[in-house]
Amino acid sequence: MSPRRLNLLILEILTIILFIVFMMPFLMVVLNSAKDAKEIIADPIGFPSNWGTLLTNVKTIVTSPNINYVPSFISSIIITTLSLSLIALTAAMGGWVLVRSKTKTSTFIFMMFVAAMVIPFQVVMFPLVAFFRMIREFTHIPLLQTYQGMILAYIGFGSSLSIFMFHGFIKGIPLELEEAATIDGCTRPQIFFQIVLPILKPIFVTIVILNGIWVWNDYLLPLLILGTGGDIQTLPLAVANFVGSYVKKWDLILTSTMMAMLPAIILFIFAQKQIVRGMVEGSIK
Amino acid sequence: MNNQGMKQNNRLVNALFLAPSLTAFILVVIIPFFMGLYFSLTDWNGAIQDKINFVGLKNFSVIFSDVKFHYSFLVTTVYTAANVIVINLVALTLAMMVTSNIKFRNFYRSGFFTPNLIGGIVLGYVWQFIFVNAIPGFAESMGIESLTSSLLGKGSTALAAIVIVGSWQYAGYIMMIYVAAIQNVPVSLLEAAQIDGANFLQRTRAILVPLVAPAFTVSTFLTLVNSFKQFDVNVSLTNGGPSGQFAGKVVKATEFLALNIYNTAFTRNRMAEGQAKAVVFFLVLVIVSLIQVYFNKKKEVEM
Repeated sequence: MSPRRLNLLILEILTIILFIVFMMPFLMVVLNSAKDAKEIIADPIGFPSNWGTLLTNVKTIVTSPNINYVPSFISSIIITTLSLSLIALTAAMGGWVLVRSKTKTSTFIFMMFVAAMVIPFQVVMFPLVAFFRMIREFTHIPLLQTYQGMILAYIGFGSSLSIFMFHGFIKGIPLELEEAATIDGCTRPQIFFQIVLPILKPIFVTIVILNGIWVWNDYLLPLLILGTGGDIQTLPLAVANFVGSYVKKWDLILTSTMMAMLPAIILFIFAQKQIVRGMVEGSIK
Repeated sequence: MNNQGMKQNNRLVNALFLAPSLTAFILVVIIPFFMGLYFSLTDWNGAIQDKINFVGLKNFSVIFSDVKFHYSFLVTTVYTAANVIVINLVALTLAMMVTSNIKFRNFYRSGFFTPNLIGGIVLGYVWQFIFVNAIPGFAESMGIESLTSSLLGKGSTALAAIVIVGSWQYAGYIMMIYVAAIQNVPVSLLEAAQIDGANFLQRTRAILVPLVAPAFTVSTFLTLVNSFKQFDVNVSLTNGGPSGQFAGKVVKATEFLALNIYNTAFTRNRMAEGQAKAVVFFLVLVIVSLIQVYFNKKKEVEM
């Protein structure tokens, strides 16, 4: 064997070892989701004696009122889809206006969006809750423990990065395209929805993915807005409640984590390229 | 429509298009931000009905003499430093592996990236099981005495445990940034160097390292900021525990800043102090960002 091939072989073996190490936690989750509480304590690393237990555990999670898996799953879906569509659409509209209107005000607003990216959630979270309570007092619009409050918060927190990225992309779209449409008699809204929006598709996908991973997995913001044990719970909240409220029932905890991970992993299998590209682009900006 | 009317119409459309995102942004970020700056200078207790008294910098002098806060700052800094180093080393190694000629490299790449798709809360619980049950169980069956007790039981090892989880979660993501950089290195350049007789180390040092350097800056700041803000894994893996000693006081050994801020306000019921800590936290992040901007500017000049 030539030294070059030997090197490659060593590299291949090293990669496989690292890969197994990386996948071990997932394996642990799957193996132990198929055990009952006793079997986990007796043997936390071996293969389960009966894979049928997996189904029993899943059934327990789905039906257990203590974890509220199904309602939380539905709430997570509602919050994520509505937030994502609204973040992406409003940021695209806002970003377009900020690129195309060259006034001092628009520059100032854009700079404000960009500067706000430095603001950590911690510094706004306590006043945010107080402010939402205040809004309710004055307008009677409930924002805490509601979908509208949760989604409004996501649009607000998601807008900075999203507008920044749309702004960067729209700058590259030639103005002549829009001018030609104006001459053809298109109104401004028509220009945006029929000409600009279709061009934005790739960056739209990036924005949705970037915000999607964040919203779906987010814990602290829903914790503050929705509270623990309220009517509306997201999946991470439900899992955290479940773990926090009992003596460690690892069989059910691990099954619940598995079921919380599954949607993201399934989505990743189908949209790998877009997800990776979206997340990497978002970081480099 | 005359020109004047059209202009006015355009302005209206602009305002309507910008309104939704701008309103949400002002309601959720800008107003609470300024409220927060103000609250940090008052005796605010979380309620809005009560009278709020201005107390100047009192909260700041309280938190600056708070040993728990000092410790949190210190342990967060240690965690951040360790995380930045480990993540970048692991990510760079992984990136070299998945850009080499090995079989199934795309499959491995996706695998290494996967932990990043899952939230810190969920991952923290999974790893809690691994540290508390799986590793001790494995060590017992293999007779490895040193690993039979949980890593989470002692402050220093619990900190190491969070670094392990943080790196495991994040390395695949940073790997992708390095992969993108490495793939941008022209193959012809590497081949030319090879023909000229440069060995692997020389090629790495003379070609790969300079061309991957910008990705290194991006990754360093990204991991720095994200590690400094660590909250989810902190909550679900250790929740700040176990207890430890610092400067003669009992502290929570792994209570990072974000968790300390949260606990100050909600567990210890000191909203204004929690807010003051959050303002300090914000200022540190501003400084980090300014340093990053400076580095980026410098880089632009060099290019």
